[in-house]
Amino acid sequence: MRMSVTWKERLARNGLAWALLLPSLLFLILFTYYPMLKTAWLSLFQADLAVPEPVFNGADNYAFLFSDPVFQKVFSNNLWFAVGTVPTSMILAFLMALFADKAMAGKTFSRVAFFYPNMVPMIAVANIWLFIYTPQYGLLAQLAQWVGRADMNLLGHPDTVMGAMIVMMIWKEAGYFMIFYLAGLQNIPKDLYESASMDGVGAWKVTTRITIPLTMPTTLFVGVVALTNAFKLVDHLWIMTKGGPDNASNLLLYHIYDTAFSFYDQGMAAAMTVVMIAVLLILSSLQFFGWDRKIHYQ
Amino acid sequence: MGKSDELDRADAVKFSLDRHSGIGARTDRELRFGRLKQRAARGIWHLAMLAVGVVWLIPFVWVIWTAFRPKDAGMNSFLTWQWTFEHFARVWEGAPFAQYYLNTLTIAGGVLAVQLFSLTLAAYAFARLRFFGRDVVFMLFLVQIMVPADVLIFSNYHVLKEFGLLDTKLGIMLPYFASAFGIFLLRQTFKQMPLELEEAAMVEGCSRLGILWRIFVPLSLPVYISFAVVSVSYQWNNFLWPLIVTNSVENRPLTVGLAMFAQSFETGAQWAEVSAATLLVVAPLLIGFLLFQRKFINSFMHSGIK
Repeated sequence: MRMSVTWKERLARNGLAWALLLPSLLFLILFTYYPMLKTAWLSLFQADLAVPEPVFNGADNYAFLFSDPVFQKVFSNNLWFAVGTVPTSMILAFLMALFADKAMAGKTFSRVAFFYPNMVPMIAVANIWLFIYTPQYGLLAQLAQWVGRADMNLLGHPDTVMGAMIVMMIWKEAGYFMIFYLAGLQNIPKDLYESASMDGVGAWKVTTRITIPLTMPTTLFVGVVALTNAFKLVDHLWIMTKGGPDNASNLLLYHIYDTAFSFYDQGMAAAMTVVMIAVLLILSSLQFFGWDRKIHYQ
Repeated sequence: MGKSDELDRADAVKFSLDRHSGIGARTDRELRFGRLKQRAARGIWHLAMLAVGVVWLIPFVWVIWTAFRPKDAGMNSFLTWQWTFEHFARVWEGAPFAQYYLNTLTIAGGVLAVQLFSLTLAAYAFARLRFFGRDVVFMLFLVQIMVPADVLIFSNYHVLKEFGLLDTKLGIMLPYFASAFGIFLLRQTFKQMPLELEEAAMVEGCSRLGILWRIFVPLSLPVYISFAVVSVSYQWNNFLWPLIVTNSVENRPLTVGLAMFAQSFETGAQWAEVSAATLLVVAPLLIGFLLFQRKFINSFMHSGIK
């Protein structure tokens, strides 16, 4: 059948392929590529309430952005948010998976308990945790009163608000990452464990010498997802703090939202979106290129 | 269970070997102590992880507790088991949650329907057809996974404005009509279909589209279901994009409605209502998850496909 590949057949095949791709490609062009390019272009203009029409100003937006203390604050917040959430939720996820994979009791219970936060919308998570953190009525405040401590207001203080958000995010995400480790554990050849147990190797050694190295591809994948999520998940801020107090909990995407739809500074919002896209492309390229091949064990 | 048995058996074998070979390095007592230590470690490990599970449940239990508690029951009377539906009733009457439900269902259903159509076609092209520019297009599709619509809210808002589709359900749905993730997921499955099946169908005079519809789609049903679970949960949870696009009750999805509802109260006395509203919003997905726990977890596992 393949021997008689004529020009006609090839043309028909190409035509069919492109026709099949057309619907997806159309929506991708309209809502991914075109907006990205348009935003990059708009980021070169001053487009706020001070000017009736956008005025070209070259790289001024970027120059301002990188010297703007608020942007610096927001960006470093985002980095700290990532540092706070990513390693801890990944370690927890790994432990959860180890447990949920082979637990002698409570397998289903633990899977459900660890994973259910993933089924709860971020906005509902924010409501739930607001009701834990809120002063006076909140769960923590009431516990504090119980043991005779003064009132507790974690979200009201610049020093504690980020920590409170990080704990919440770990609660939300660890179970999601767990399932990738669960899948990763299935790929480890069973006879490795069998021979280890025949040789009387302890559980700790089995974990550090077999399980951790052989789940490295999962760790890399989860790491990239966790890092990008640290930049993508911001819905909770709308409910909990609006980025405050004093921008202490503000994150990049929420700041973009604020800049565009509260301060109507389109040029700056565009420049920040470009920074955001750059960050995400760099983070995901870690996975798609470079590292991936070196870590794979096959 | 199985593992502990194996370990014990391994110990026993080793023990008898030692005895018979007369080495006797490990005495009976040492061995028993070692096994005891192992068992204790296993017990602590189980207790610790189950404790994490309990801690993980606390926030939700706290919300359920608040939502079903009569307000006058007081915080300190933990021992009485009074409960009430009045908060739910007040929420249902106080805000158009029925409309929000309908909106979310329409949006999630609409997005899924178009996605299933567009991704089936594209997945087939990537899996089975050699065509000019395939690798380049494939890389282009990857961009959507790296830079998802979530972060393009500002940019897409302007596109939607150009189309005059602000504050419409169609406007909320449009950016999600193409799903690169779904395409790659399904492409993987289509690639594994036996070629002989296809060739046989072609000999019978079946066209490529006929093969796609009659063989590929039915055989990939589990993958479609997995994708549907992920896609619907995603739309159910989506917030920031519908928040900026919508401006009216007719188009607001549940998440935005919930956020508006929660914000309409000053901090303090209305926690019961907010908790009840939160439960109303999360209930369908959570119940689905509890009923089909395995299917849901497997579906989300697929969301990790590269």
